[in-house]
Amino acid sequence: MAVEIPKDTWTGEVHAVTLGAIEADGGTRTKTVTVGGEKTLPFMHFEGETPNAPVVAVEIKDRRPDDWSPLLEEAWGSAMDDPAAWAKAAEEAGADLIQLSLSLTGSDGNPTTPQAAVDAVKAVLGATGLPLLVFGPGQADLDNELLVPVAEATKGERLVLGLCEDKNYRTIAATAMANDHLVIARTAMDVNLAKQLNILISDMGLPLERILMDPTTGALGYGIEYGYSVMERLRMAALQGDAMTQLPMIVTIGIETWKTKEGKVGDGVPEAWGDWKERAINWETLTAVTLIESAADIVVLRHPESVKRVKAAVTDLMTV
Amino acid sequence: MALSGIQIYKLLPQTNCKDCGFPTCLAFAMKLAAKQVELSACPHVSEEAKAQLAESAAPPVRLITLKSNGHEIKVGNEVVLFRHEKTFYNKPGLFIRVRDDQPADAVKAAVAAVDAYTVGYVGMDLGLDGFAVESVSGDAATFAAAIGAVRTVSGRPLVLISKDAQVMAAGLGAVDGEQPLIYGADGDNWEAMADLAKQHKAPLAVIGSSLDELAELTEKIKGKGIEDMVLDPGGRDLSTSLVQATQIRRLSIKKNFRPLGYPIIAFPCDAGDPARESVLAAQAIAKYAGFVVLGDFSPEKVYPLLVLRENIYTDPQKPIQVQPGLYEINDPKPESPLLVTTNFSITYFSVANEVEATGIPTWLMVADAEGMSVLTAWAAGKFDAERIAKSVKTFNVEDKVSQKRIVLPGHVAVLSGELEEELPGWEVKVGPREAVDLPAFMKQVL
Ligand code: B12
Ligand code: SF4
Repeated sequence: MAVEIPKDTWTGEVHAVTLGAIEADGGTRTKTVTVGGEKTLPFMHFEGETPNAPVVAVEIKDRRPDDWSPLLEEAWGSAMDDPAAWAKAAEEAGADLIQLSLSLTGSDGNPTTPQAAVDAVKAVLGATGLPLLVFGPGQADLDNELLVPVAEATKGERLVLGLCEDKNYRTIAATAMANDHLVIARTAMDVNLAKQLNILISDMGLPLERILMDPTTGALGYGIEYGYSVMERLRMAALQGDAMTQLPMIVTIGIETWKTKEGKVGDGVPEAWGDWKERAINWETLTAVTLIESAADIVVLRHPESVKRVKAAVTDLMTV
Repeated sequence: MALSGIQIYKLLPQTNCKDCGFPTCLAFAMKLAAKQVELSACPHVSEEAKAQLAESAAPPVRLITLKSNGHEIKVGNEVVLFRHEKTFYNKPGLFIRVRDDQPADAVKAAVAAVDAYTVGYVGMDLGLDGFAVESVSGDAATFAAAIGAVRTVSGRPLVLISKDAQVMAAGLGAVDGEQPLIYGADGDNWEAMADLAKQHKAPLAVIGSSLDELAELTEKIKGKGIEDMVLDPGGRDLSTSLVQATQIRRLSIKKNFRPLGYPIIAFPCDAGDPARESVLAAQAIAKYAGFVVLGDFSPEKVYPLLVLRENIYTDPQKPIQVQPGLYEINDPKPESPLLVTTNFSITYFSVANEVEATGIPTWLMVADAEGMSVLTAWAAGKFDAERIAKSVKTFNVEDKVSQKRIVLPGHVAVLSGELEEELPGWEVKVGPREAVDLPAFMKQVL
């Protein structure tokens, strides 16, 4: 019996966004990474093109973090003391992109200075040829204070600056525009909020080809279902032709996973949770793959073993 | 696809005799389309119309039930492609594979561990559903013996795996009176397998290497009077299985294509590597499988999968909540400390579990935040100083605690000033941001 497979016909497609710039284009990266460009729902190769595979960014910090799971400390070892070494180790672990999160304070306890931030970014750029994403510590004023000098000191690199939120996007978007960088627009799990922020940022003059959106997710067991559904809805809206949703999506899975008890804690947890390390890696890997299947283009991870597993899954998913 | 009111109307006698209790046939048809009345309320419908209406009312993905003594699992009956469109209803069954060439003692030990396994998640006890017993030996008596061994330690539903009808007959004989899933029928053995399915009233898994082949087989098998089927379209890698499952679900939901209107069975256990197996299983859970067969059991593998299954199958319209109120943990006394949190289940249990583990007697006040997490509720204006103060009054907290001190979640430290104003005479303390850090905080600070 010849079964006629129903195919969705979509009128819209996701913008392709290129991260990083090589020397010829005014940067210093040895390679660039392009995400987006989908013309169909995730991996429906029989009905439309998925020109660019989802990619993995590995999160590193400008200094050894105080509150990361011991499993992560074990995995990265002394590289955590030096962002350049850490970036290299991440590249060796298979990262497609490096995501550097600036800390609130230096190891001495004083607030991170703009100079320290610029130094850390430069060190990472020197250590790896991969495209770089730089996130502020997550406090509006300090984010602006650090990200602007970083953007200026790296003009032309097509860095990705995070995170633009509804209350704090102008300064970051403006410096991205002035210095040839990209931004991430983050909203709280809501299609309309995402559209609104994308409109606000693109109205400032930043082209859509330089915006990624982060619709926010929770980890497995802590809200993943909301992230999953909002991404499915955003991608459908994009394919239906809604211009302000046609941006590649990024989700920060590492930070979400590794703050859960399942990831963070080995002692005093129920025996039914099983082996700590394998459970924690499963937690991160399954969160990532599930969200990639719901339309994530970039997943930010923390553990090298998860990176390996997620990349293997993506290779499998991209096989036609 | 369900018929519209107008389509149903065309099948009714159109006499407006009112015997159904409605003024016109059209009014009755509309109610029928909305599933608010039963067709039997009209005494005048023709047999032919009845058959057509029944066909259209059947769910697009057939409901399949596996039964054993005391256990039952239902899968299928889904109505949407995406959970946000409504919800997913029947969680896929998670089965652990055992093989008949393993020594009986090993089988029993493995099965006993799975049978006993439960893990708590937001107040629920999650566990696995059953076992898939596979004939590797090819020998009927060995297969029956392995099933017998499983049955000495677990009563959970079974999937029986063999393509040899004689072996399958012996297996079914070992669990007579139950309704296991027979796996399975392919192009060669389908007639004999269909006979077994009929004889044992058991659902039959149908194996094809393409959707064309599958559809052809299910139609033939249906011709033999078998209604309950499950599909194995054959994909074993992430790309093929995702596409196949999506195509089958689309055909059922959008086209009401009956030959593939059955749940799918997936075999992540064939992955050959536990890491890849987990990923395949996660995909099967999110993307439309009805049965998922896993290889060797380990808690670190199944716990994440069980949680994922809960998450994907929660109703997107209703967050899982607990009752607001003043909860007593570890038998609190009047002088015991008081913490406050919201009534989102995940939030409540994250906190309650930590507090319970400390053994410290504690009052936990759960404010009515409309089922939202701390920050979500705060951002939505459902967890503010006013609401917290109101909860203190509503739950008569002052009558129960002698120490007027309340601990806020660290994420809403900003509320402390306002709360002090709302609760004169109270001390407001800010706790850690994450519940994981509560035990240390409680031991040192409270
Ligand atoms: C899932 C989610 C949702 C879901 C709701 C889920 C629910 N039922 O609550 C949905 C999609 C509906 C949603 C909606 C919104 N959300 Co929301 N959401 C999230 C998300 C992803 C996870 C929240 C979660 O479930 N966490 C898990 C639970 C267990 O955490 P928790 O309640 O905080 O509890 C922990 C701690 O607080 C602590 N704790 C809890 N109680 C206590 C008590 C004491 C004493 C102590 C010491 C500790 C403690 O222990 C727990 C475990 O560590 C977060 C972002 C994130 N990744 O965290 C955003 C987030 C909370 N949402 C946010 C916002 C803004 C919203 C909206 C207002 C957006 C909008 N304008 O529409 C809406 C509001 C809802 C509405 N208007 O109806 C923001 C809040 C920003 C802020 N800092 O104020 C966040 C942080 C996202 C962001 N970065 O922008 N959201
Ligand atoms: S009983 Fe049947 S025929 Fe009579 S009005 Fe109702 S639907 Fe029409």
